[in-house]
Amino acid sequence: MIVKPHVDWFALSPSLSLTGIAFVLLLVAVLVPRNARKPVAAFLAFGGFVGSFALAVLLYDRSATATTAVHDAIFRDRWAALAQVLLAGSGAVAVLISYREKMREEHIAEYYALLTAAGAGMAFFVQASNLMTLFLGLEWFSIALYVLTAIDIDLIGSLEAGLKYLIVGAVGSATLLFGSALVYGATGQLSFDQIGAAGHAHDAMLVAGLAMVIAGLAFKASVAPFHMWTPDAYQGAPTPVTAFMSSATKIAALVVTYRVLTTAFPHDQRLWTAGIAALAIISLAWGNIAALVQLNMKRILAYSSVSHAGFMLIGIAAASPLGARALMYYLVPYAAMSLGAFAVVAARERELGVPVTLRNLAGFGWERPFLGISMWVFVLGMLGFPLTGGFFGKFYVFAAAYRHGWWWLIIAGVIATMISAYYYLGIVRAMYFRESAELQLAPARGAPNRELLLSAGVLICLVVTVGSFFAVQPLIDVARHAALALPFA
Amino acid sequence: MSWLSTILIFLPVAGAIVVAALPLPRYWVGSLASLISLVEVGVWITSATKFDFGSSALQFDQRQSWVSDLNISYHVGQYAFSVWLVGLTTVVMAACVIYGWWVGRERPRAYFALMLMTTGAVVGVFTAQDLLLFYAFFEAMLIPLYILIGVWGGADRLRATLTFVIYTVVGSLLMLASIVAYGLQQGTFDLTKIGPSSSTWIFLGFVAAFVIKSPLFPFHGWLPITYRESPPEISAVLSGIVSKAGLYGLLRIAIPKFPEVVADWRVALLVLASISLVYGSLLAWRAPDFRGVVLYSSLAQSGLIVIGLLANNDLGFDGAVLQMVNHALMSSSLFLLAGMVERRTSTGEFALLGGMARGRPALATVMMTVGIISLAVPLSTSFAGEFLILAGVFQQQWAWAVVGATGIVLAAMYMLRAISAVLHQDVGSAVPDSALDLRGGELAVVVPLVLCLIGLSAYPNLISGHAFGANKAIVQVSSDTTKLSDATCTKSANGGACQTVMSYAIGPALNIDEPAAWTRYAP
Repeated sequence: MIVKPHVDWFALSPSLSLTGIAFVLLLVAVLVPRNARKPVAAFLAFGGFVGSFALAVLLYDRSATATTAVHDAIFRDRWAALAQVLLAGSGAVAVLISYREKMREEHIAEYYALLTAAGAGMAFFVQASNLMTLFLGLEWFSIALYVLTAIDIDLIGSLEAGLKYLIVGAVGSATLLFGSALVYGATGQLSFDQIGAAGHAHDAMLVAGLAMVIAGLAFKASVAPFHMWTPDAYQGAPTPVTAFMSSATKIAALVVTYRVLTTAFPHDQRLWTAGIAALAIISLAWGNIAALVQLNMKRILAYSSVSHAGFMLIGIAAASPLGARALMYYLVPYAAMSLGAFAVVAARERELGVPVTLRNLAGFGWERPFLGISMWVFVLGMLGFPLTGGFFGKFYVFAAAYRHGWWWLIIAGVIATMISAYYYLGIVRAMYFRESAELQLAPARGAPNRELLLSAGVLICLVVTVGSFFAVQPLIDVARHAALALPFA
Repeated sequence: MSWLSTILIFLPVAGAIVVAALPLPRYWVGSLASLISLVEVGVWITSATKFDFGSSALQFDQRQSWVSDLNISYHVGQYAFSVWLVGLTTVVMAACVIYGWWVGRERPRAYFALMLMTTGAVVGVFTAQDLLLFYAFFEAMLIPLYILIGVWGGADRLRATLTFVIYTVVGSLLMLASIVAYGLQQGTFDLTKIGPSSSTWIFLGFVAAFVIKSPLFPFHGWLPITYRESPPEISAVLSGIVSKAGLYGLLRIAIPKFPEVVADWRVALLVLASISLVYGSLLAWRAPDFRGVVLYSSLAQSGLIVIGLLANNDLGFDGAVLQMVNHALMSSSLFLLAGMVERRTSTGEFALLGGMARGRPALATVMMTVGIISLAVPLSTSFAGEFLILAGVFQQQWAWAVVGATGIVLAAMYMLRAISAVLHQDVGSAVPDSALDLRGGELAVVVPLVLCLIGLSAYPNLISGHAFGANKAIVQVSSDTTKLSDATCTKSANGGACQTVMSYAIGPALNIDEPAAWTRYAP
């Protein structure tokens, strides 16, 4: 007789709702006539993400005390719920960006099915409370993303990008799995809490496992030096997929990293804080310096996402409630800026029909005032200028580093920001300081589409980016409650 | 609680949004923006009449908690000297906006919206009483200026924007690091509450931002290309107003908040300021073009003002504030005049100019008046400002006053050379006979600035006597400090234990933020 665990369906609901929609979408692919498939599929996917968003908000509201659920397989707490809110929000915006993307019609419903499946996997991943569910969640969303990256078989480089992502991603997953095995070997425990309780500091096997777990998660968060797949995958994937990957994957991976490190490895905290700080500095240096020489917009934004991973790791390295607040706060404007910037790139790409580079952005700001100003705001936000949430994001991670006593991390961040000014402002320069007449574009087939849905997505991102500057305290309060779920020594 | 400071900041910002959003024809965009900038001047005049200059307290202040987590607030307000700095901002910005309208800049909606945004941001810098808010406005100034130079600037504008932005961003990010450290150390970011610090590194982070913005030698590398490639009215804004943000930062943050460190670094900073003054004057004397003279004279003037700020006595501070206002009016009129000359001759090179006075009495009169005032001829307001500064620094150490006096002699040399090269001598090859005298619109822009200068020449005490309340920039802080009991010991914000209270006798202190409270603090 097998004892069935009590299943807390509500705790699973943000993930399950998206899974359900994914299955419905697969049916849509078969049952709905071809001409209606695209709107139906997009509507369902959008509805799924919005529903998941609402459920995650409810879950946040009703999970004031952190517990584990479903036979200790997942956490039910505000840390995970808040991450799910952000993930579902990113997914909804990604659907808005995706709608007008040119894609083979026979794939359209599958595309949305994979998008919702990836979202479901991430929502599950952030709740993981033992090594099994951790790996399960990771593979769940990774496999969906591998296919999404390669889904546009007409796009040059999409397949190549998918393959690169698959191979490097598989190395990452294998590293995580091997690390988990070592941790299990050292402690005989699977659940994070019990690993934390059973582990001893400086146990060589446990430390090796810890290092490999960090590396495995760092692959997903595109933290240098585990970021090799990022520029190629971001460049090759359809732009809406890139937008979703850059925001949602980073949210999931970083949130889980913080959770695993604080819950399962409190005894080795001195070790992993130093390791994470080193990774942060490598990411800041590599991401920003490599971005300087890129011309392709998607590659610039890819390296910029590596550098942002570095900034957010500073919050993790602080290993304090303030650091956790900083990470959660940072993710809000970061997700919005990243989605928004890729959305604008997608709009330009659809207008020109070629990959967007700094050169062919010329005059864009004047031709499309709304998208131009939005891009300007996103870029300033990434640079950490005031009037955008990006400023307080950086400010908070610096504050966390200062409280931790690591002022040199602030200096590293400040120098990285100085370097990044060159390429971020280079984007503004490309959009406004050059005339589109320089481009000598081929005559277009009529005026480009007024993409209402994409503009709506950009508007949402713009409101979040700017709004998070003014509404810092409410967001910080939410993040503070979420951070209560993490045990800090 | 008063809304006046907030209105002064956000009236132009709201105006910018309206100008950008309304699909008005070109002419009406410019006139609407000019009207808004004039209304802003009106609001400032109203606020100045309501201000109690006898008091050294913060006035028109408004405080609203923003991030209670780290004690950050939206706190704005004005001291007496802030009133004058806000005033020079509104007046000079109005002149520059109207000039932009008169010239008929391309893409008017974007242009005027950005000009009005700049106004709001600069007023914000001069009124912010919270470090984070100060930083936000300090950075916000850069955003519109970057576009204004990059889109409407001269041929080499891309390089100019790059140089300008890299210099300023480096400075302001060092300041951000200092703000993080300083604010968390003290547990608040409110400038009126934050105690003094003795950390050299924090001090240097602030000073880096301020001396780049002002600028001082050797941080003036962005100056020549930026001022030459900007549209003339933007050069006027940069040298007249934006550079004052750096000087204001020294006056409001670096000097009062780091009394001991300033004492240690006074000589080093005075050396830099003196070099700026003499070297800037020499460069201005050898500059081959009109804008070159004005831009290097800006370097020299900011050196002189810093000398006044570091004199550490009433005369120096009063003179520095007066000279900030003088220089804003002088350099913005000179840059606008340079623009007017360039419109007629399409060059500013002295080799190609000359003889423009003949048949152009208005141009000659206006330029002569501004030039004479800016070489600090006795009875002029800049003579009053420079005299106060030199008298102040003489008390500190006579040698600095000698350097300062040399600078004033050099000022006469470069300014007379510039005037003579443009107005007199033989008619230059780039000066067509058809080049007109100043038109009505140009006079409407530049004459009010000149009238302000003449008015101040008649009564410089309006500013120098009303900059710090009750005519006292410095108050003596008694050196006997009471030992704090454990009960009143100030706890640091991170909940740390009570630290040993050390007593500091800081002697003379700037008359803002209740200096008496600084005699004791836990470092």
